[in-house]
Amino acid sequence: MTEKIRITTPLTEEMSRKLKAGDSVLITGTIYSARDAAHKVMTEALARGEKLPVDLANQIVYYLGPTPAKPGDPIGSAGPTTSGRMDAYTPALLEATGLKGMIGKGSRSPAVVEAMKKHGVTYFAAVGGAAALIAKSIKKYEVLAYPELGPEAVAALTVVDFPAIVVIDAEGNNFYEEGQKPYRRL
Amino acid sequence: MRTVDVAKITEAVAKLCVDACCYLSEDIYEALVKGKETEESPLGRDVLGQIIENADIARNESRPMCQDTGMTVVFIEIGQEVQLVGGSLEEAINAGVAKGYTEGYLRKSVVGEPLFERKNTNDNTPAVIHYQLVPGDKVKIKLAPKGFGSENKSGLKMLVPADGVDGVKKVVLETMLHAGENPCPPVVIGVGIGGTMEKAAILSKKALLRDIRQRNAHPAYAKLEEELLELVNKTGIGPQLGGTTTALAVNVEWYPTHIAGLPVAVNISCHATRHAEVEL
Repeated sequence: MTEKIRITTPLTEEMSRKLKAGDSVLITGTIYSARDAAHKVMTEALARGEKLPVDLANQIVYYLGPTPAKPGDPIGSAGPTTSGRMDAYTPALLEATGLKGMIGKGSRSPAVVEAMKKHGVTYFAAVGGAAALIAKSIKKYEVLAYPELGPEAVAALTVVDFPAIVVIDAEGNNFYEEGQKPYRRL
Repeated sequence: MRTVDVAKITEAVAKLCVDACCYLSEDIYEALVKGKETEESPLGRDVLGQIIENADIARNESRPMCQDTGMTVVFIEIGQEVQLVGGSLEEAINAGVAKGYTEGYLRKSVVGEPLFERKNTNDNTPAVIHYQLVPGDKVKIKLAPKGFGSENKSGLKMLVPADGVDGVKKVVLETMLHAGENPCPPVVIGVGIGGTMEKAAILSKKALLRDIRQRNAHPAYAKLEEELLELVNKTGIGPQLGGTTTALAVNVEWYPTHIAGLPVAVNISCHATRHAEVEL
């Protein structure tokens, strides 16, 4: 494996633009969970001209809905969900908030990639389905907004060496495509 | 008549929910280990290593392998000589799901109505239940929590007879190419061929419950399973970031169909492909 790049949040646009598709990273600091329902309510709030309950400028969002924590644990199992479902909301969210990183799994739409290039945003993937393993790098889970959404609430996660791979960089290079091409033999 | 109290079914379902979500079955685990040995991509081998490590942690610490602990699918075979007592069977199954998901710290991922309100039911009920009456005096419950990262990438096509084997292969390949890395490969693919539209879909789900080391009893379908696996593993999708291990197995189930039709359903399932069963 190539050497891993350590990232500490917040993630500035300058740092984000230095990351290249295929880079393995370890993220430390605070990241924020938000998935389908939270994206819907946040985008609706922005459309009404309201301020979001969390300042996402120079932050990283993790597309996550964890299992409940067992007593004594900070969080339950906590792997990434499919990012494509957030595509409809993402360009507006990037434009309005200054969010600089997203963690999920799977491809993004051309409109999202264009918005990422414009705003210098990096899209990371965590290994899909490795939720018990990934949870080991999450030290704290604190719900900040929309608790009524249950596992879909927006929460602050304190992470140490959270493992991820840059799959689409701020220039629009796509590591899924590059990684899969050499093995496509149809 | 043998009597079975539905309270026993509630207890059994609750345990199966937790078992299926936390303990990867032996057939899938073996296939992941074998996949790591044969995978050509170094990064693919690394991803498979993490998936295996994840399954080990889940088993040793009784934690869900995935945060998406799914919508609960239950196949229940009821012997004709069994009399169920103590209440409604459907309520008993759902009570088991609620108990398993609540007491087992599993995620509640079901909304009570799909289009307008989408409000979480907060106990993962209701389950999707398939009932079958069979000879005998036993009750057999097979339970498969189905995550939607992979369910969303499944599909169904009503082919015509002239499409034949090549048509079936094309549907499976196109479904997988469209799914890409989204359904958490390496996947297990369940294919249902024949019957009617809904029969093909149910067969494709049922196919996912079969031990992936077993091939279809019909030699031509067994051969088709091998050929489909080889084909899917040429897509390059691999363990998400590229490679040769896109699928661990393709299981095909079939049923007689109409002279004018060839329904094909493809149900994609992630590398955990959770299932657990019990006989009462």
